Amino acid sequence: MPYSISVNGQLRQANVEAETPLLWVLRDTLGLTGTKFGCGAGLCGACSVQLDGQITRSCMVPISAVGAARVVTIEGLSPDRSHRLQQAWIAEQVPQCGYCQSGMLMAADALLKATPQPTDADIAAAMTNLCRCGTYNRVRRAIKRAAGLPVEAA
Amino acid sequence: MSVDQLGRRRLLQGSVAGGLMVAIGPLGASAVPGEAGGQELQSWVRIARDGAVTVLSNTSEIGQGTGTAIAQILADELDLDWRRISLAMAPLDKRYFNPNWGEYGTYGSGGVAYQLAPLRRAGAQARAMLIAAAAREWQVAASECDTDSGDVIHRASGRRAAYGLLVEQAARQPVPTDAPLMPRERLRYIGRDIPRLDLPAKTDGSAVYGIDVRMPGLLSAAIVQCPVFGGRLAGVDRAPAMRMPGVRQVVLLGDAVAVVADSYWRAQKAVDALQPRWDLKRAKRPDSARYMAALHKAVQGDGATFPPAKTTAAQVKVRYAQATRRARRSVERTYAVPFLAHATMEPMNATAVVSQDRAELWVPTQSQTGTQNAVAQLLGLPVSAVTVNTTLAGGGFGRRMELDFALQAVHIAKACGAPVKLIWNRAQDIQHDFYRPAAVVKVTAGVDGDGMPVALRIDSACQSIFQHSRLGEWSKWSRPVDSSAVGDLPDWYPLAALKVQVTTVDVGVPVGFWRSVAATQNVFAFECLIDELAHEARSDPMAYRRKLLPAGGREQRVLDLLAERSSWHRGPAPGRHRGMAFSRANGSLVGHVVELSVDAQRAVQLHQVWTVIDCGTAVNPHNIRAQVEGCIVFALSAAFHGDITLSGGAVMQSNFHDYRLLGLAATPKMDVQIVENWEKPGGAGEEAVGGLTPALVNALFAATGQRIRELPLAKAGFSI
Repeated sequence: MPYSISVNGQLRQANVEAETPLLWVLRDTLGLTGTKFGCGAGLCGACSVQLDGQITRSCMVPISAVGAARVVTIEGLSPDRSHRLQQAWIAEQVPQCGYCQSGMLMAADALLKATPQPTDADIAAAMTNLCRCGTYNRVRRAIKRAAGLPVEAA
Repeated sequence: MSVDQLGRRRLLQGSVAGGLMVAIGPLGASAVPGEAGGQELQSWVRIARDGAVTVLSNTSEIGQGTGTAIAQILADELDLDWRRISLAMAPLDKRYFNPNWGEYGTYGSGGVAYQLAPLRRAGAQARAMLIAAAAREWQVAASECDTDSGDVIHRASGRRAAYGLLVEQAARQPVPTDAPLMPRERLRYIGRDIPRLDLPAKTDGSAVYGIDVRMPGLLSAAIVQCPVFGGRLAGVDRAPAMRMPGVRQVVLLGDAVAVVADSYWRAQKAVDALQPRWDLKRAKRPDSARYMAALHKAVQGDGATFPPAKTTAAQVKVRYAQATRRARRSVERTYAVPFLAHATMEPMNATAVVSQDRAELWVPTQSQTGTQNAVAQLLGLPVSAVTVNTTLAGGGFGRRMELDFALQAVHIAKACGAPVKLIWNRAQDIQHDFYRPAAVVKVTAGVDGDGMPVALRIDSACQSIFQHSRLGEWSKWSRPVDSSAVGDLPDWYPLAALKVQVTTVDVGVPVGFWRSVAATQNVFAFECLIDELAHEARSDPMAYRRKLLPAGGREQRVLDLLAERSSWHRGPAPGRHRGMAFSRANGSLVGHVVELSVDAQRAVQLHQVWTVIDCGTAVNPHNIRAQVEGCIVFALSAAFHGDITLSGGAVMQSNFHDYRLLGLAATPKMDVQIVENWEKPGGAGEEAVGGLTPALVNALFAATGQRIRELPLAKAGFSI
């Protein structure tokens, strides 16, 4: 089936089966490999992208359900790593292996859009992505830094 | 001065390619068999004419950031301008073998620990060659020249030349054997919190992991492996897969079926449509409960005695018998731990192209040499016909030391005559790991009249990692006693006698190296027992351990800093409880304090972890702290949730809903301190795992009065 979806502000075409997850359309059809495959079951969040600003696990969304929603992936966060979260991620040296971090950043961006001054509890509730390297405390600090909130010492 | 012809030629070739290939002195003959006496040179840095520097790392980037540390070391000795440095993986070549392993591989926390000294020497040699080139050009003595962040300078005349302009002449200089190391006061990078070079690409999606490899004509493969360990493929009807869109081929492997398609999703859907028939005649089909019972039984007998270096098993037994005569009483405790999966966030994958006389792979691997050798053997090709390209890896933790996924990709690529990327789904990844062995560890302490241990005996039973890992390449080290079950001998407390006995009980479950390896069971058992002894002696657990450690040594220093950071002697706030542990691993010393509270439903809240590590020279303290934080989370996931169980020889878990990992919400605050010194570097990537669990379990005792001796904690009703 031919589909036309909006990804990072551009209309993109994909001729795939209707049940093909958005994740694999992004990765295999459109070559946007920044969005990662982790579990295929909506459990880990490595594949998180935004659909109309809402954080979404793209492994659980069939291409047929995307419709006119505007998809934003890690490649669309900024053209030059200038997004405040990307800068905060470097300032706090968040990533280790980095594999989950695209999803973390997309989730963090959705959080700050909805809650510009998140509390620890807000961050804990929103950031359910799994990180096997254990970067969680740095993720928390980087979100606060990006939000302009005081960051406790490392 | 000495330059051998081969090395000289290499250097010249390097310069033709646009840069100086820095020579490193020959490795010890023992590290690279057959390469004695300077036959092989190593090259770590390319300097382009425009001054851009590429540092080559021989350590897979699996999250631990060693590449940046290697760049820091070379940047200091070469006096480089950090802003001009980029990082690349070194090709698979003997010049880049880790000197301690004698191969290209990333494990054992050896990236910095075994390479700091040779890398410093290499950098110093290169700097001396650049100085020699400038001195020759300027007709001055080399001793009158110095370097300044990417330039050679001659202070007397004020002359200055950029490395990039000197590089071709420098490559023609002899490699000095006596190049002086940079004095400590001139080190600008080693010991500093330098931002990691690999992180920017990990914030914008541009970092390329194995799963992201793309090339023209690349096909995708998905796989289903026999769910029962030791089973074989009996047959499969290919038709259901072949009917599906985009499917090119069904490939039968000995114990698996793969489908090749034009996209991963189509390949996976087609694999899911197959109903392979499995031959389980030779499978051992273990169940967890029965297996654990067998391990418990095994530790009641005498396993093979481990002889530490320069001792015999007989001497160990005599010393132990003598020491136990001084003991007033004996305390015996038995601990049990389950199989654990690595669960790297990036599932196993590999990309391969195989032709008649060549093979090329792109793999997130920790075993480049091992992969190359195994692929060459599989295809009947010379090793030189197999190229292994290392990609970034979405976690490793020891899983990517194994060769299974790379060999499967080669099989499949050969069968379909096209480039193929094999990707495992999460169920395959969880159910076909090389697991941390399930183990039972019985610890027996002989205690003197003061309540202090004088003799210690450890009886452990588990499968042997050495018999399973890397196709059994190291199985000789599993006999007569399996040293992979021993790991770092727990002799940081200098007791009069220590006897370790191991029984290997194999049921055919693949087992492998899991971040911190045997420490995950042995330090758990050992440091929980020490805590019990302290309690029975009515001693403070910190003071008790301090008394056992050498007076005034680095070990006591770690404990003192730990006590200071955690305000140990002031104790926790009301309702909160603390536990601690201390251990040594890979030349590093680690102490942890865990503070928690437990409610009536046994829900645990972790408030804070304090950790002190003495890993000798800390090349990048910020990154070492990050590694320790990661170790803490890794250990907490295992302690609370980690449990791979077997039924009829098959793993019962399949994804993150039943093999759970700790999340952000449950992660405690952490205070990680590094003891500053310039001692020989130890490991930093895994050494804080082993001690965290006993510190946690000892804190649970403080909170509940219950001694937990079996993991995960979920079995005792604890949740987080």
